[in-house]
Amino acid sequence: MTRVIVNDLSVDFPIYHGNSRSLKRTVFAAASGRLQTDAKHRVVVNALRDISLTLHSGDRLGLIGSNGAGKTTLLRTLAGIYEPVLGRVEVDGRVGALLDPNLGMNPELTGRENIALRGLYNGMPNEAIAQLEDDVQGFADLGEFLDLPMRFYSAGMIVRLGFALATAIRPQVLLMDEWFLAGDAAFMDKATVRLEAMVRDAEILVLSSHASNVILKWSTRVVRMDQGRVVDDGKPEEVMERYLRDVGAPQAA
Amino acid sequence: MSAAQTQSSSPAHLRGGPARLVMQSELTSAARQRLALRDIIDSIRLWRLSFTLGWFDIRLRYRGSMLGPFWLTLSTAVMVVALGILYAKLFKMEVREYLPFIAMSLVLWGVLATIIGEACTCFTQAEGMIRSMRIPYAVHAVRVIVRNMVVLAHNVLVIIAVYALLDVWPGWPVLWTIPGLLVWVVDGLAICLLLGPIGARFRDVPPIIGSVVQIAFFVSPVIWKPELLQGPAAQLLWVNPFYTLLEIVRGPLLGEVPNWHVWGSALGYSVVLWIAAWLLFARVRGRLAFWV
Repeated sequence: MTRVIVNDLSVDFPIYHGNSRSLKRTVFAAASGRLQTDAKHRVVVNALRDISLTLHSGDRLGLIGSNGAGKTTLLRTLAGIYEPVLGRVEVDGRVGALLDPNLGMNPELTGRENIALRGLYNGMPNEAIAQLEDDVQGFADLGEFLDLPMRFYSAGMIVRLGFALATAIRPQVLLMDEWFLAGDAAFMDKATVRLEAMVRDAEILVLSSHASNVILKWSTRVVRMDQGRVVDDGKPEEVMERYLRDVGAPQAA
Repeated sequence: MSAAQTQSSSPAHLRGGPARLVMQSELTSAARQRLALRDIIDSIRLWRLSFTLGWFDIRLRYRGSMLGPFWLTLSTAVMVVALGILYAKLFKMEVREYLPFIAMSLVLWGVLATIIGEACTCFTQAEGMIRSMRIPYAVHAVRVIVRNMVVLAHNVLVIIAVYALLDVWPGWPVLWTIPGLLVWVVDGLAICLLLGPIGARFRDVPPIIGSVVQIAFFVSPVIWKPELLQGPAAQLLWVNPFYTLLEIVRGPLLGEVPNWHVWGSALGYSVVLWIAAWLLFARVRGRLAFWV
């Protein structure tokens, strides 16, 4: 059964900037017997704090919150990219993540080569990769750009390619950041059709967005995050209303 | 349109990453090692991905150039000829005797030094990938090894040219290069799993490693023949892992039957290297995404 269970999850980001990252500093700290305190005193950002969440098949969860609230970190943790510093994450089901438009693609490689890599990552045989290429080209409609390095692509083309690629492979648990809204109007119409088919197939959707209309359209449950914690959880309309009441004024300004 | 696309997403497309993912904190050491093993097994399953990544790296490096990777062959050839003639004079040796030695040495040392150097950046270089999908970390290690084996394959031309021009064929002992290269591949992966995390966490490690390799180049018998070392110092040669690991491949290429001292030392260091790599990789694997 497809489900997502998160128990008391915390994720910290260590910040190693400037000198604190260097070997010299650590060696000197160790030599002067300060390694312990150094390790304890290193600067960390508490990206996620005590998150507990259970999602079952059919759930469509919207994540809202200001920038830096931990939405993307939570998505990345559910995708298995970040591992918990405290707590436990259990995901039953194949995960698909649309986290940033680049999707880890190499800008120096052509679109076609990046598609092939994505297919290989998913363990596809060559025939399936050829099919994947057709499918992506059919949607992204890049023409001859498909055989040019991606650094020559416009921002819109990258979004189209990334979106087409990510939605060509159907996951059971779909994690989505809000970047897919970046296309033009014509693209959005096309994208919505494709996304709707994908969301229908996916058993669990977790979507992060600032835009209330997007959240209200796709979610059956909304979680509001603030400074790495879950601060509100419930029916989309109610959570959204409370959220807009709290932050409405500063956002408009 | 949507229907057609849905259909074209055949069941083959449905194959994705792992169907079940459990991650938790406060792991025991045994649990960490199981996860590290899982990572390596998954990387082996994804060998087509790692091979393609390595191959694309080479293609990218030479995209738009006329000779492509054969520039490597050419520059190695020029270097071999120049150093071969000059050092044969300095060491007062026959060019015919010295040139094959320096050719093998330079080609093989180039591979070793590059693997060690690139090992330090194998994870930081793949930052974009690591941050956008869950991918076994050892894939990036395999990628480095594939890349360098492709380079070696191009330089084999130099080796063959030396054999042909000087008519010095190595004979049957050359088959010993096969186990030798196998040790290189296995050790190369360990070097990546060991130096990769250190290089990601401590950004000044790559230049330090670069200097160490540079020093090793001069103190190991790469451009000078090991026979030149006399007395007790000669016994110390077996202690130098750079020498014995180089020699297990270079010796057979020069037609020498393997020496058990050399192999014993090379295998001993390989075991130590793997133990260190395994312990470190198992310990920090879960933190790598935060470090790159």
